[in-house]
Order: sequence, then C-alpha cells, then structure tokens
Amino acid sequence: MCGIAGLIHRGGAADIGSEMTSMLQSMKHRGPDSAGFAVYGVPREGELVMRFKVAEQEDLAKGFDIRRQMRERRAEVDARIESLGGRIVDAEQATEYALRYRLEFDGDLRGFADYLEDIEGVEVLSIGDGLELIKDLGDANRVADQYKLKGFTGTHAIGHTRMATESDVDIRSAHPYWAYPFRDISVVHNGQLTNYWNNRRELEHRGHRFVSNCDSELIAVYLADRRTAGDALDDAMRATIDELDGVFTYLVATADSLGMAKDVMAAKPMVLYEGDDFIALASEEVAIRSIFPEEIDTTDPYEGEVRVWHI
Amino acid sequence: MAHLEPEPKSVAGEMHAERLAGRTQQVFFSPAEEDNFLTPGNPEVDFDKRAEFDAAEMDTTAINLRIRELMGEGYGTIVVGNPLAKHSLGVGILNRLRLTFEGSLGYFGVGMIDGPNVRVAGRVGWSCAENMMAGTVVIEKNAGSCLGAGIRGGDLVCRGDAGARTGIEMKGGTVIVGGRTGAFSGFMMQRGRLVLLGDAGKNLGDSMYDGTIYVGGAIASLGIDAVPGEITGLDVEWLTRKLARYGLEAPGGVANMHKIVAGKKLWNYDNLEPAEKKLVL
Repeated sequence: MCGIAGLIHRGGAADIGSEMTSMLQSMKHRGPDSAGFAVYGVPREGELVMRFKVAEQEDLAKGFDIRRQMRERRAEVDARIESLGGRIVDAEQATEYALRYRLEFDGDLRGFADYLEDIEGVEVLSIGDGLELIKDLGDANRVADQYKLKGFTGTHAIGHTRMATESDVDIRSAHPYWAYPFRDISVVHNGQLTNYWNNRRELEHRGHRFVSNCDSELIAVYLADRRTAGDALDDAMRATIDELDGVFTYLVATADSLGMAKDVMAAKPMVLYEGDDFIALASEEVAIRSIFPEEIDTTDPYEGEVRVWHI
Repeated sequence: MAHLEPEPKSVAGEMHAERLAGRTQQVFFSPAEEDNFLTPGNPEVDFDKRAEFDAAEMDTTAINLRIRELMGEGYGTIVVGNPLAKHSLGVGILNRLRLTFEGSLGYFGVGMIDGPNVRVAGRVGWSCAENMMAGTVVIEKNAGSCLGAGIRGGDLVCRGDAGARTGIEMKGGTVIVGGRTGAFSGFMMQRGRLVLLGDAGKNLGDSMYDGTIYVGGAIASLGIDAVPGEITGLDVEWLTRKLARYGLEAPGGVANMHKIVAGKKLWNYDNLEPAEKKLVL
C-alpha cells in the first residue's frame, strides 16, 4: 500500500531529517520493505551534491569479490569525474555501498550522469544543488540512523515507506526517484500505474533511462520529459492526471517547491495541513500528528487535484 | 448449537417463517425473553457518570480497552483527549454511550458501532463509521474518503467537507455532509439517505440500487443509473426535521435541493436465485 509524506518550511531551514523520519516511521504499517528520503539542504554556492551507490545491499552477501569491485567502481567514478573537468570537494561514505560527494561541475549534467552510470554497478541516485536522495531497505528509523539523517537541516523533503507490489525489494525499486537528469527534482508515489509499459517504451525511444521496473519511476521520468519540452512543473503534473492510467497520489519536490497530484478516482489517500509557514502532507494524518501534536485543521485534497507550494 | 426443528414459540413470534431441514447453525430464541435482545456482555451505563482520559501516549488497543473498561464500570459519558488521529478508535461499541473525542481520528474510526452517540471535535480519516448500525456520530471538522461506507442505520453527520465515495454502498441510515463532497459519493448505495449540503463531485450516485441522495449545491455529474427525482412534501418535512436536529441548513432551502434516485435500468431486479437463473438461461 505504501506511505508517502512531504513537508516544506517557508522562509527558513529546520531539522527536516528528524521531521521526515518521524512522519515515515509513524506510517511503517503501510510498508516496511524500504524507506526513502529526498531532503533539500541549504545549497552551497558553486557546488553540487551527488548521492550514488556502487552496489545493491544484497550484493554484499553474494560474493567474495564484491568489496574489491566496489573499491574499483568508486575509483573509476573519481577518475571519470576528473576526466569531465569536475572536482570532488568532499567525499563521504554513508554505507559500504552508498556515497555522498560534494562536487564542482558546470558542464552537461546528463552527459555527466550517463558517463558515471556507464560503470557497471554504479547508480546515480541524485544530483542537485540541495537535493540529497537516500533510500535503503528497512524502516525509516533504520535508514535514518544508517545515513545519519536525524539533524539534517533543510527547507523541504519528501519521503516514502514501501510495501513492494509491482517490483522487487531492493534499493533500485525503492522510492524516491530522481527525475534524471534534472537537478533537484524527485518523486514519491503511492499507487499503481496501469499504462506503465506503453509510456516507458515511448520515453525510452526519446532517450530517457529507467533503472528499475518500478512503475513509480515512470512519473519521475515523465516529468523530466515534460520539463525537457519546456513545461512548467505544475503543467507537467496536470498532464499526468490525464495521461497516466491507474490509481495514484504522488508528491514531487524541486529546488524551491513541493507539489502533489491525485488521480481522478481519488483512490489513494492524502491528508494536507496548510499553515502560514509550514505545509505537511501524508498518506495518513497520524504522520502529520507525529510532528504536530496540537490540534490543527487538515483536509483531503480532491480527485484530479494538483497543488504546488513554494519556499 | 443446532436445532433441527424450530421451537414452536419462535415461529409463533414471527421471528422466522421457513421450516428448516437438515443441519443448521441457526439458534432460535424467544421474543418473550428480554435477555435475548441484549448483546452479550453489554454493561448498564449511567449518562450522568462521566470519565475523561488522555490518549496521547496510548496506542489504539489500549484506548479501546480503556473505553470498554469504563463502560464496564458504568460510565455513560466518556471523553477521550488527544486521540492524535490514531486508527480504529472507538470501534465495535454495541452499547448506549456518550463518547467524545477531543481531537481527530485516523482511519476506520467508530466503525461497526451499534448505539452510541459520538462526537468528534476534530477531523476523521478514511472510512469513518463504516458499517454503523445505530446511534449518532457528529464530526465537527472534515472527513476523509469513504465516510459512512456500508452504513446500515443511525445518523452520521460531518459538518465540514468530506472526501470521495461518501456513503459508498450504504444500506440504511442517514449520512449528512455540511460542505463539499468528492467523486463517486453514493456509489452502489442500496438504501438510506445521503444529504450533501454543498457541492457534489462527479459520478454522484453511480450504480445506485436504491436510496435517496439530496444535494444542496452543484453536482459535477451524475453516475450511471442515477437520475433526478422530484422533491415531495414528505422530503421537505423530513429534511427540515433532520437538519434542524444538527443545527444545519441547506444553502438554498430544503425545497430547492436536488433529489437523486436510482433509475433502476442498470440492474436486473428479478427474484431468481443464482441456481434458478442458470436454469432460465
């Protein structure tokens, strides 16, 4: 069934790592297979943040050689960044297989990401000025502890707690998805898309890459495609209401905004709290109450509704 | 356990008419014995006896057990503070009781109740009062989708807006929404009355078998087999009395509300059992 959540602070940064962890953990019953976060930190001038992995978690148990492979893959990533004119400002090893780089790079982002993903076993999870995409197996507390997310300061975030239905239990099928290669755009989704393969084939013909067989990835790629065509984010989201079949409620975040869309059947839940300087959305109100215990007014967005909030 | 032959007094009491043959699980009872009309284990409560507790640090099971314990001690008025939108609170209460939640409920709040008078000071999530049999539930703020799904009796009132599929498959009772309502409200309803004082979303009353929908605002679209009906004097009288009971008013007056009923063109209203249909076809 999956649970999704989003929050945005208007006019200031806060501990969004702890807030999102709390929201997702309170919806663990909606799906304990994996948890994922797209958190938007305060950007540094002239720097990008890249999150990537050099293996799946399950690979670690599969072979004696995997650790050597991971070292070689990382060294190759470093070499290719340098060959493209990039400079690694800071490198942080979040887990054995997941890394966080702060970079200086001002070239073509698609070519950059494609070149890194050309290395076997390497997947770029996100690149952005503020976006950092973290996802792994287990519940929200476990992932947040593993990646030291509690205390992460930023302006907005989306998150996902997954009950795998359409694809495997692995990091590649976990949400959120980055709208590759658009910096700072990420998506989480609750539902099923029934015209996934038709849309995927069409998008692949236009040069977009899919890393998983998870139908939710289609939304991120679809939005990326519409952005390539010059659509504004809210227009691209409205197009999904007509063109994607199935049942869905999804959240999308960009460098400075948070959006939601709900299908015309309103088959998947979403509860919205809209304050003056803080907005929170979640599949269940109990998630919002986990960070907002006092009495507040909440609503359900209606069928076919698209909303976007800015910082 | 099974009686192969019905007791004469239960037949005389018109509790059933058929004579059963073979094995059956049916338990026959006497209408003359008052105990037979009480749900086993229902305590006697006193409305003047009031209890209040804070549910902030309690989980769903503990909250529901506490309500049950208090009823067992004879408390007829119970106030639950800080429910914090937890799921499945106040479910399965088959008793007279005045129950107030000083806050919001999550999913499946006060489902399968039979008798209590409930007030929710906040909002409710999906499927509030599902399969409610009797009593009243008044929600002061908004409601999520599937409000009153499968309700069979009683009054369910939401003063704010409600989500999609309000009154889905309702089989009796009354559901009233003070504000706007989402798509597919009254979907497959079979009996009862759905009163929507604000605007109604698209496909209102889709595939409804029977029952009546009244709408005070605009209707985005009617669903399959939902057709306009004519407001009668009886409708006006009933709506006036029912809305007054909860301090509500139709924006343009009850006489000007839209009435929607089943066209009864979609379903085959014959009396054949499935096995008989096979023979006919």
